[in-house]
Amino acid sequence: MSAAIGIHGAAKAFGTNVVIDGVDLSIPAGSVTAILGPSGSGKSTLLRAINHLEPLDRGVVTVGGETIGVRVRTGRDGVPRYKELPERLILRQRSRIGFVFQHFNLFPHLTALENVAEGPIASGVDRATARSRARVLLDRVGLGDRADTRPRQLSGGQQQRVAIARALALEPSVVLLDEPTSALDPELVGEVLGVIRSLADSGTTLVIVTHEVAFAREVADHVVFLDHGRVVEQGPPAQLIDDPQHPRTQDFLSRVR
Amino acid sequence: MTEITEVSRRDATSVDGVGDVHDVRRASRPDDVTIDAAGRAALDRPVVPLRHPLRWIAAALVLVVLLNFVETLFTNEQWGWPAVGKWLFSPAILTGLQLTLVATALSAVISFTGGIVIAIARLSRNPVLSGLAWGYVWLFRSVPLILVLVFLYNLGSLYPTIGVGIPFGPQLEVPTANVLGDLAIGVIGLSLSEIAYASEIVRAGVLAVDHGQHEAAQALGLPRRRQFVRVILPQALRSIVPAFVNQVVGLLKASSLLFYVSLLDLFGVVQNLSSTYPTDIIPLLVVATIWYLALTSAVSVVQYYVERWTARGSVRSLPPTPLQRVRAAVRRGASGGAGGASVGASVGPRGASGGESGGARGASVGASRRSRGASQGGPGGAGRLDQAAAAARSVASGTSTSNDRGIS
Repeated sequence: MSAAIGIHGAAKAFGTNVVIDGVDLSIPAGSVTAILGPSGSGKSTLLRAINHLEPLDRGVVTVGGETIGVRVRTGRDGVPRYKELPERLILRQRSRIGFVFQHFNLFPHLTALENVAEGPIASGVDRATARSRARVLLDRVGLGDRADTRPRQLSGGQQQRVAIARALALEPSVVLLDEPTSALDPELVGEVLGVIRSLADSGTTLVIVTHEVAFAREVADHVVFLDHGRVVEQGPPAQLIDDPQHPRTQDFLSRVR
Repeated sequence: MTEITEVSRRDATSVDGVGDVHDVRRASRPDDVTIDAAGRAALDRPVVPLRHPLRWIAAALVLVVLLNFVETLFTNEQWGWPAVGKWLFSPAILTGLQLTLVATALSAVISFTGGIVIAIARLSRNPVLSGLAWGYVWLFRSVPLILVLVFLYNLGSLYPTIGVGIPFGPQLEVPTANVLGDLAIGVIGLSLSEIAYASEIVRAGVLAVDHGQHEAAQALGLPRRRQFVRVILPQALRSIVPAFVNQVVGLLKASSLLFYVSLLDLFGVVQNLSSTYPTDIIPLLVVATIWYLALTSAVSVVQYYVERWTARGSVRSLPPTPLQRVRAAVRRGASGGAGGASVGASVGPRGASGGESGGARGASVGASRRSRGASQGGPGGAGRLDQAAAAARSVASGTSTSNDRGIS
């Protein structure tokens, strides 16, 4: 399988606080990768670096072979460096990467349908097509009958399903999910996980930052354990979750279970 | 569809839950020592709320003072009510009123758009732009409006001609007095200072929008301008509108300063007339007061509806407008009985879904819920059900009490 996402020598610090400390990852196309780790381990920052919501200090991310947010340029001194792209180009790249937020971040003044259709309309799809596609996507997440409802009138689980439909509307090659169930009541987690599961089965490349260890084991092909901004251990879920080798991983898994 | 059935199932369980708790409490503790015989006998009667006699006394005192003042309006002939009637719609006053309206409206529109521009510049990451915007706000918030106006009025003596051209190259120049009429000077002066305030209002509104909204717009790859116009501004408007309308009311009254640059606005006309008719000073001031009150009230009505519009998405369901409430009351009076309940339900902004029968059903559900004290309802339906409940209680109180019994 070809790599859908490559992370090469990623590093990021907020002031003196190092959040990502030299991460290299290769995520195959069509795979589901779960990133686990204690809070403050840099997992959300790493996910946000993939679509350049959080620019890296060092290193580069590629999606579909294209460097995201930066391009390499050789300066007058003959030294190649990554230089940030103009915002217009970054925005175009982002439209090919779906992102689902922990707190949904739906646009509250727009209906569910308008939320989903917004991205395609902005990228030039004509209004009628965008709306009919949005309707199909809402059907797919089981909310076809809520198309004209505004987010505040939906439950948390329904809002997150609309947010997933919104992320899918631009037909992205990869979808990034940042703790998609952490802000939900326990009884609503199931419906969102169900949608993510069907997404995984459809062959979309997914990267999920999550606390749901059981879900990660069930859905993920590959689990990455992050601590202090470094990849401590990675492997298939059967190996990493059921038989962790590193003491930090063992410690973390024993506490969350 | 599935959601609706889920909701109703959840409600059904909660009904059972409440019922169980109730029954268990009564059944298991029949001889509770903390409640004596009288207490137990009172259990079935409604709790009597605390009375507030002092409130009534205070209100009466205030009313007496107020009525005394109202009496002087009729007895004191200095108010000159006949003269008020004479002047209220006189052509001179109406011309002044027109000028006040035109100057205020133009300045409000200019200052709102200008305020957005300055706010964007202020929020920009370009230090020159944001520095200039800061300097503009600093300057025009510091200088009194009247000074700005008089300065502009005398611009002709500072720059006899104004023009544009290439620096040190050919210039296109015209006399200042030809370009700037009195009204233009007035509107520019008002706008210059209003823009400074409006930009701070817009900036505060933009900053109040949740950071996640910016991120979501970026993650979708929306172009910069669309992020602002489609996502950020509509949400910012919710906090911008009340503050800006407040500013417009201030502007309406500040327009009376135009008198000092020889513009005859409402206040200017009153000033002029009262020097011509010194006996009518009080009536003329009353006329000005009445008109300013009327204008401000009109602005408030507009504000109410604009705020309702900007609130969409921020609240689950909007309460009915006063007009809708009146219409509902009229219809309730006309049809009466069960029809009243359906009116209560269809008044709500989303109540159109229920017809006559749907409304009545909503009412009975709402009433039974209210009586259990569990009125949160399903997502979105809360407001409608509560209204329906209220309607049902007022109209068909018989059924709602029977519901009460049925549940407890």
